[in-house]
Amino acid sequence: MAAGEKPVVPSHPKASEERLDAIRNEAAATGKVVTGAGRVYANAQIPGAEDYYNLPVLKPPTWTWEVPLYFFVGGIAGVSSVIAFVGHLFHADPPMVRVALWIAFVGTGLCPALLISDLGRPLRFLNMLRVFKWRSAMSMGSWILAAFGGCAFLALATNELILYGIQNPFLPPLRWVGEFTGAVTGLLLASYTGVLIGATAIPVWYENRRLIPAHFLTSGLGGSSAILELFGFLLPATQILGFAAAGIETVVGVILESRLGRVDAPLHHGKSGWTMRIAGTLEGPIALLVRILWHGSAKGRYAAAACFLLGALCSRYAWIWAGRASAHDPQALFESQHAAMTASRAARRTP
Amino acid sequence: MTHKAAFLTDATICIGCKACEVACKEWNEVPEDGLVWSGFSYDNTQALGASTWRHVMFLEQPATAGPQQIDMENPFRWIFLSDVCKHCANSGCLEACPTGAIVRTNVGSVLVQSDVCNGCGYCVVSCPFGVVDKRHPDGRAFKCTFCYDRQSAEMIPACAKACPTQSIRFGELDELRKEADVRVAELQHRGYTDAQVYDPLQTSVGGTHAIFVILGQPDAYNLPPAPEVPTIYLKSAWTSALVSALVLAAIVCAAFLF
Repeated sequence: MAAGEKPVVPSHPKASEERLDAIRNEAAATGKVVTGAGRVYANAQIPGAEDYYNLPVLKPPTWTWEVPLYFFVGGIAGVSSVIAFVGHLFHADPPMVRVALWIAFVGTGLCPALLISDLGRPLRFLNMLRVFKWRSAMSMGSWILAAFGGCAFLALATNELILYGIQNPFLPPLRWVGEFTGAVTGLLLASYTGVLIGATAIPVWYENRRLIPAHFLTSGLGGSSAILELFGFLLPATQILGFAAAGIETVVGVILESRLGRVDAPLHHGKSGWTMRIAGTLEGPIALLVRILWHGSAKGRYAAAACFLLGALCSRYAWIWAGRASAHDPQALFESQHAAMTASRAARRTP
Repeated sequence: MTHKAAFLTDATICIGCKACEVACKEWNEVPEDGLVWSGFSYDNTQALGASTWRHVMFLEQPATAGPQQIDMENPFRWIFLSDVCKHCANSGCLEACPTGAIVRTNVGSVLVQSDVCNGCGYCVVSCPFGVVDKRHPDGRAFKCTFCYDRQSAEMIPACAKACPTQSIRFGELDELRKEADVRVAELQHRGYTDAQVYDPLQTSVGGTHAIFVILGQPDAYNLPPAPEVPTIYLKSAWTSALVSALVLAAIVCAAFLF
């Protein structure tokens, strides 16, 4: 229970003699009593005494709804600029390149707004660029986002000026610079969020730190090409990207489902687990299946794109909720750390 | 760094009076955050947090208290311990802070500068001990300051000053480490066979500026048995990110070449 929360006053619907008997029998049988209000009482330290009343060791993430939405938007914006650059490089449909540049640019406007709104002191947002710290993923992310904003703006502005008909010898090379740097910083933007939550003290996050960046990047890829499809760009390229993203997400879903340790419990149970499962099914197998079954039809592709977007969005929330659940589970932390201690002791014994 | 200030908090001396909590709140003007009974024990603060910088734990264990000889059929012991920010040698919150608000002071402690913190919340998930937290509705992160103001004026921290039993000792880290070892040896000799020092020197945290003498396992005190500073996960996470980024770029190229 968080400090400051009011204690639950047990309210029995009917404190009858039968209820008193039930309480005694329950206490004798289980060592616990569940009150009428559903609260476990008298869950005394004795006889276990292995933990501190099962109270959390760690603090749950304080991030509100903006941060998972930022993960989603940032991933799409980042990969959009990759699609714009590569599309331009391989002479893809110019209107598609233009829309991809716009998606990236709109994303660079939304991302800082979401992040600033999540800050406890929003007016101090510029403090994010006060220092440069390699060892803080949050600091790196702030710089990546700032750089990406500049690059995406340069790419869009030069592209629009050229389309407007302005003849200037500097514009085309500047556009290439903007698109290339936008693609590089975009890749970093779409992937660093996985590092951000992977390199923390939250067990379910750090145990999955190798998977999450790949998972988030894939969501950015599928999300970006899905938005392009919804804008009407039903190109072979967006179809291939849709297949690839849904395919990889299916594999990610299988990997997540097969992790059965106590630490991974938030991926399977409760609000985070079910959101993760439903979201993963939407962006993985369902999006893939719809794409396979109706690959020739526009409606089928729109449906697959919508499924993927919804799944990718919900799975960002599921990861944050999983972090909260993980922080509230001291047993998972103890198990993870005891396992690590045993492993390091074994490693020392057999050099 | 010549001066290394430290706390040595001894569970075998603590009487659970909570003077440290009161002194800390009063001196540092930490706001009230509710006295909440957990329904489990006499502990009405439950955990460290943004507005709880000392937390007295109340443990009840089915074990003998050292040489206790009474009622060996139903052994029981009651332990108190005043928990506090560990001021890690390799500090997760300090490494994570993107604004540089969290700094290492000249006495070796870890300090959140309230005039710089913008409340991003990254330190909260980066502390392996679950100490620092965001205060509502203030919005910024707070934790034990190690009474940096008092130390700057060559006074000892408020909690150590208020402790009536010297369960909270304040001094030089190296000296207190030695004293902790002496104390544990003495306790062992007197029959408290499960007495030990909690000072995670073997992990990436690299030891702390707040060490503890405890009875039994650290888990029972919600002290992580093997805390790690989260920066050790950076290499593998970034490697995955960069490899995945290259694969993604290759997929996009393939899609447009096709």
